[in-house]
Formats: sequence, structure tokens, C-alpha cells
Amino acid sequence: MSIAIMKKSGPFAHGFNTVQKTMFTVLLALMPATLFNLYLFGWPAILLFTITVGACVAVEAACLLLAGKPVVATLADCSAILTGWLLAMSLPPWAPWWIGVLAAIFAIALTKHAFGGLGQNVFNPAMVGRTVMLISFPVAMTVWVAPHPLFSAGAPGLTEAFAITFGGNMPDTVSAASALGYIKTELSRGIPVAQSMAQVPDLMDMTLGYRAGSMGETSAILILAGGLFLMAKRIISWHIPVSMMGSLFLIAALFHAIDPARFTSGTFHLMSGATFLGAFFIATDYVTSPVSKTGQLIFGIGVGLLTWSIRNFAGYPEGMAFAVLLMNSLTPIIDQYTRPRAFGRTRKGEPLPLEEKP
Amino acid sequence: MKLFPIRGGIHPEYRKDMTSEKAIVAMPMPAALYIPLQQHIGAPAEVLVAEGDLVRKGQMIARNQGAVSASQHAPTSGRITSVAEVAAPHPSGLPQKTIIIEPDGKDEWADLPEPIADPFAADPHTIHDRVAQSGIVGMGGAAFPSAVKLNLGAQKKLETLLLNGAECEPYLTCDDRVMREYPDEVIDGARIMAHALGTAKVVIGIEQNKPQAIEIMTRAAAAFPEIKVVAVPVQYPMGSERHLVQAITGRETPARKLTADLGIVVHNVATARAVHHAVRFGRPLVARVVTVSGGAIREPSNVMTPIGTKVSDLVEFCGGFSARPESVVNGGPMMGQPLPSLDVPVVKGTSGILAMTAEEINNSPTSACIRCGACVTICPCGLSPVDMAAFIRKDNLDVAAKLGVMDCFSCGSCSWVCPSHIPLVHYFNYAKGVLRELESERRKSERIKTLAEVRTIRIEKAAEAKRAALAAKSKPAADAAPPGGETKATTEEKVNA
Repeated sequence: MSIAIMKKSGPFAHGFNTVQKTMFTVLLALMPATLFNLYLFGWPAILLFTITVGACVAVEAACLLLAGKPVVATLADCSAILTGWLLAMSLPPWAPWWIGVLAAIFAIALTKHAFGGLGQNVFNPAMVGRTVMLISFPVAMTVWVAPHPLFSAGAPGLTEAFAITFGGNMPDTVSAASALGYIKTELSRGIPVAQSMAQVPDLMDMTLGYRAGSMGETSAILILAGGLFLMAKRIISWHIPVSMMGSLFLIAALFHAIDPARFTSGTFHLMSGATFLGAFFIATDYVTSPVSKTGQLIFGIGVGLLTWSIRNFAGYPEGMAFAVLLMNSLTPIIDQYTRPRAFGRTRKGEPLPLEEKP
Repeated sequence: MKLFPIRGGIHPEYRKDMTSEKAIVAMPMPAALYIPLQQHIGAPAEVLVAEGDLVRKGQMIARNQGAVSASQHAPTSGRITSVAEVAAPHPSGLPQKTIIIEPDGKDEWADLPEPIADPFAADPHTIHDRVAQSGIVGMGGAAFPSAVKLNLGAQKKLETLLLNGAECEPYLTCDDRVMREYPDEVIDGARIMAHALGTAKVVIGIEQNKPQAIEIMTRAAAAFPEIKVVAVPVQYPMGSERHLVQAITGRETPARKLTADLGIVVHNVATARAVHHAVRFGRPLVARVVTVSGGAIREPSNVMTPIGTKVSDLVEFCGGFSARPESVVNGGPMMGQPLPSLDVPVVKGTSGILAMTAEEINNSPTSACIRCGACVTICPCGLSPVDMAAFIRKDNLDVAAKLGVMDCFSCGSCSWVCPSHIPLVHYFNYAKGVLRELESERRKSERIKTLAEVRTIRIEKAAEAKRAALAAKSKPAADAAPPGGETKATTEEKVNA
């Protein structure tokens, strides 16, 4: 019997992990938080979510077509869906449809495919999409609504939802400030943190997600559950989430201890904004974070410190996205300086000296 | 015994249960045996026989030549039909000089060297010479001439002989079976080797997925206080010499050094058994246990196979193929080599013949790297496969070399773990080949340059002497040719040649 001639060397065995499986597991981990938030913000959120994910997939298909790459096979890796999903979770849930579409174009066409497609981008596509929208359309991107759970009294029906998403008819009465935004505004009016803190939802509500914010910002507990699931599945390791949240908590707690009137507490920083989503799902993006564990620790600490700095000293109330993008730009350098030590060599690459038996 | 962690590694599907409970069976003598002159690392052996010669089992038919080489012996009695070029068991399938024997069916032993009566009283040289004479090579797969390695005691101060019974490659069970069926022979061989090396201690490292072998070997070693059997964790590539040394002693072999520089010499368990046969009975290495396995083999088995048996004969002995194999591999699935055809012989380093189905290999088209970093996390050598591959893809081999591609021993863990199915090891093998070639080019041109310079100096000196002689003879020697011109031309010619 003839045998096929293998054109490449071994190994003649392979693990069962694939890119598609990895992406799919991440989507699965996002599912509980997403479903809860879609319920919380009702039909307008469902429409925006569908549009954003759909737009990302459509833009990805168009880019692949233009580049002459296989369309169906590449779309099957689910990476565009994941980008769209994370993007939708970072937008105000009642934002108009064109925010989702424009953000998708920036995320997929300009951030991902202009650099060569999957694996080649320097910056996190979803975060670029969100940030460009925030800078370009600050008003539309900062209209937060209090939760209007599906089928509850006062929640928009499907028809009203179409008017909100496609007609731009945002009801005047529903807007609310996110906790971080509220504290910042009050601080700028000279009202100390201790006083304004009394007005924000209590910690329990923040943890459960019953508050204003983007979909990814609410419900820390479900995001955490998803993140732990990813760790259990070994899709992500603890390094980025722990170093990021740890550094954010420590620096916030330190400054809160020094000047409680000016700085909010470490716990508040952990529970508010997109801290959990960022730590488990955004900063851990494979493509734009360092490959070595040491590099990931440095990266996480950087994101944590920058997030805190931007939240406290910059013009925007939330700094997660900016912090991740800034650290993304450092990833190649971090990678270069945190390569593991090779077997039998010193950190500098010289052969180890022959030591005497210990 | 306290063990030490090794970096990275993977846990592939071992599938050893296909053959681990199959006792070693001897294979009937095939119609013809094909003995390549080079079955080992080093120089090929020199032919001692000619067409038509009658040989007997164990008779030397090719002699080792050079410092690193191994002799070949007739695996049975019979007639030399020819010495011809036959396809080698190498992915290239290129032919190499091979002695072809037609067995006469009598399997008559030649006059073998006398057994060494008390090897522990014998001079280490006697044992070393006997091992060299018996054509023994490392049977774990690398096939490095064992006598050369046994001689390390003369050059370095050694403490431990580490017997490698890790057998970390999936599928393979030949070492497992040898340890379970011939524990006393392995232990005796190990003691003889330790005596030859001058090491006081013997440690036998066996992966924990071979509990019977661990138990049997521990019992067999109980009588000898200097021998310790150690169960090491199941973690591929635990059987790599340097990693096994690290796991057992905690010491890391420096780059470009040998484990012997740490006082530890590593030999395979099957090699120890071969040494036992050579020393106690004068029998050379003429057969070995081969694991024939894989999803496409009808009856997976551990077969005592005469060296030189064609792979096709061996597969047929194991019932042939039950399915179309996607590829046939010489060795284990992780580090083994694909066979170009079944018309190649089993050699001394053949630990396994695996006929694997597409499902077992689980190959897929390569997709884009998503920088997941799994290859960096699992690389047992601490390299960054993702970076090295990126540079090699752009043919930037200098940077790949700086990142340590030459330190990669192609264990295959990175390719195995890659979710994008990028053939990382294939990249590294390519880079290593090209870099080695460039290095030998560089050495060659440097040598030519040195030769040319020496020649220039020599010619200049000769011209100088001539001029001096002429000047001494007759004073008006002005019309002599300027000496510089000719030598310069010669130099250039030499360099360009």
C-alpha cells in the first residue's frame, strides 16, 4: 500500500485547541452578562447589539473580499463577532444605530484589516472603535440611561425602540449619569467625593449591575463569573486581570487614604466603570497584549495605573479604553524585554557558568 | 526522592495502551535484510564483505572508522547478495550504501568474542572496546555511538549514570516492555556501564505512567544500594536528556555543554541491555525492540526485529494496515521522522514505526497567529517560538539565531499546542539547516583565506630568499621582476577558487 508523503516535519500529533474554539469560549463566557444587560436595557439595547455585531461581520467580510482572502473560512474564526460583541458592550445601550456602524468600521477596517487582519493589529479593535466614537461624538456617547428592564413599566416597546435607535428620539427624561461621570462632574463643581458618593448607587447595586452605564460596565458579578470561566478553561491566565485590578485597587486605596475628599476608594474603582470587563475581556486580548507571563504582569499593572490616572486627572470619567490602548502601543517593546530565559543560558543569552554541585 | 520542576512541556494523548500490555514477540526472519553503513551519528562504517560472501550471525560486516562511528554486524547467517545503494529511513528517501543479506534460515552464530568473565574487575577500556566492537548505539532514537559516550569517564569527573526510561513520546512502549521483561539484564548493563564510566551512582528515571516498569525495576534494583529507581512526572519532553537531568538533580546544563560537564551521563535503558549482551555473551547489536503502532496498524505490537528488516515486512508481520495511514513515522509522533516509503530498513535507532490515521494526527490548515502565547508558555527551552517564527518567515535568520533558534531541539511542543496549527518546528528545522550551512560556508571561506595568506607569506619569503641570493651572486640585479605582483594575483585566484 502506498503512503502519503508528508511535506513537513513533525509532530504528527496535535492538541485539540483551535482559534475558533478559543473565540467561541470567550463568547460563551460573555453570554450571561450580555443576556442580563440586554434584559436590563431592553429593546433599544438589543437592536444596537445586533447592529454592531452585524456591522462588524459585514465590514470583516468586505475587507476579506477586498484583500482576496477566503471569506467564509476566515469569518468562521468568530473573531469579528467577538470584536462586535465587545464593542457593543462598551457603547451606551440606547445609542443610535450609526454609532454602532461607524464604530464597527473603525474597529474592523481601520484597526484590524489595515494592519493585515487577525493577529496583526497593534491596538484592540473594539477599544479603538469605542474611543474614536467617544472623541468624535461625545454627546451621543455619554447619554446613559437608567436600567429599563424588558417588559417592565416604562420600558420602551419594540416600536419605541426603533424610534430610539433609528430615529434618534431619545426620551428626555431617561438619561442618567454613570457613577464615575457623576463623581467627576460633582468634583468639578467643588463638591467633595465624600458628599457625592452618597448619591451614587450603593456597592451592592453596582456589583449586581442595576445602574446606569454601558452594557459591559454593569453587572460586575456576571462579568467576573465569565472571567473565572475563561481562567478555568485556561483561555486566559490570572496575570493580566490580577495585576490590573490589583494595581488599580492599590493606587486608588492609597490616594483615598491620603485625601478622601478628593479621591474615591479602591473598592469604588474596582466596582465602577468597565474595570471587570476590561480586566477579563479587553486587556486580555491575545493579539494586543504581551505573550510572556512577565510581560502580561507589566502590561496589567500599566493598564491599572493608567486607568486610575485618567479617571482622576483627565477629562474623561472612564479611562479603561484609553489605558488599554496606551499599553497596547507598548506591547511590542514589553515583549522584546520580557522574553523568558532560555534553558542553559543567562538572561543575557550567555551560556550559564558551570557551577559546582549545590 | 525530591524532584525538581522543568519548564513548560505538554500532555499529549499518549495512546500507549495500544501496545503497553503486548509482550515482546520475535519476528520470523524476513527474506532479505538491508544493513545501511550509517545507522548512527558520525562517520559511516567501512564495508568488510563482498557480494557472495557467506556470513554468520554476529559477524562484523562493516567496521567503524573515525572517532565517532559504529560497526555493523550480520543479524543472521546467510549470503551477501550485494552492497548497493538503497533508500535510507530518512525523510529525504535518498539512497545510501547498504549491505544486503539473504538469510539461510539457520541463524547460526559466528565465533563471538569471549564473555568478559568479571566485568567489574575489568579495566574500563576493556568494556569500552567491547561496546565499540559490538556496534552499540544509543537506542532511544538519537543513535549516538555508545562507546564514545562511555569513554567520557576518561575525560571528565563523573558522579552519576542516569538511565533514561522516561519514554515520554506517545505510543512508544518498547522501553517499557524491555524494563518489564528484562529488568535484570537492564540493571546488569547499567552496573557495567557505571563501572566503565567510573560513576558511583546509578539513577533510573521512569515516567509515572509506567507503574509496572517502576515496580519491577525497583525490585530488580533492590539488591544494589548504588542504584535508585525514580518515578518522574508525566510531562513531555521529560525524556530529553537535559530535562531529565534537571528534573532529577535540579541542575541545568549550560548551553553548549554536555550533561557530562555536570558529572552526569545519560544512557537509554535498551542501550544498557545491549551492553549486557555484549559484555556477558559477546553478542553484538543485531536486533532491537520496535513498537509498531498507530490507528492504521491492524495488530499493534512490540516486535523484536532484526536490524535491516524492511518496514514493509515488519508492518506485514503486524497484520498490515487496517486503514489507509495518513503518514508512517519512524520514531514517536512528536520527534519522529516521516518515512518516504515502506521500502526502508529498520535501523538501530528505530524505536517505533507508527502508521497514523488523519484523525490521530489531527492536522488542519494553518491560520493566522493570534499571539496567544501558548508556545512561549510551554517551550521547555524557554524560547519564544512566536517571535522566532515571525522572523524566519521573513527570512531574517540572523535575528532568529539571536533569539536562540539553535537552542531548539525540535521537541514539537509548540507545534502541538498552537491553536492556529502553525508548523513552528518546521520553520525552526528550516532555519537550523540554513544557519548550519551558512556557518560551514563561513568556516570554509575562513580556512581558504588563512591558506591563501599562508601561501602569500610563503611565496614572499621564497622571493625574498631568491632576491637575497641573486643580490649576493651579482650586484646588478635591477631587472628582476617586482615580487609583489605575482603573489597578489595568486592570492586572489585562490580565494575565488
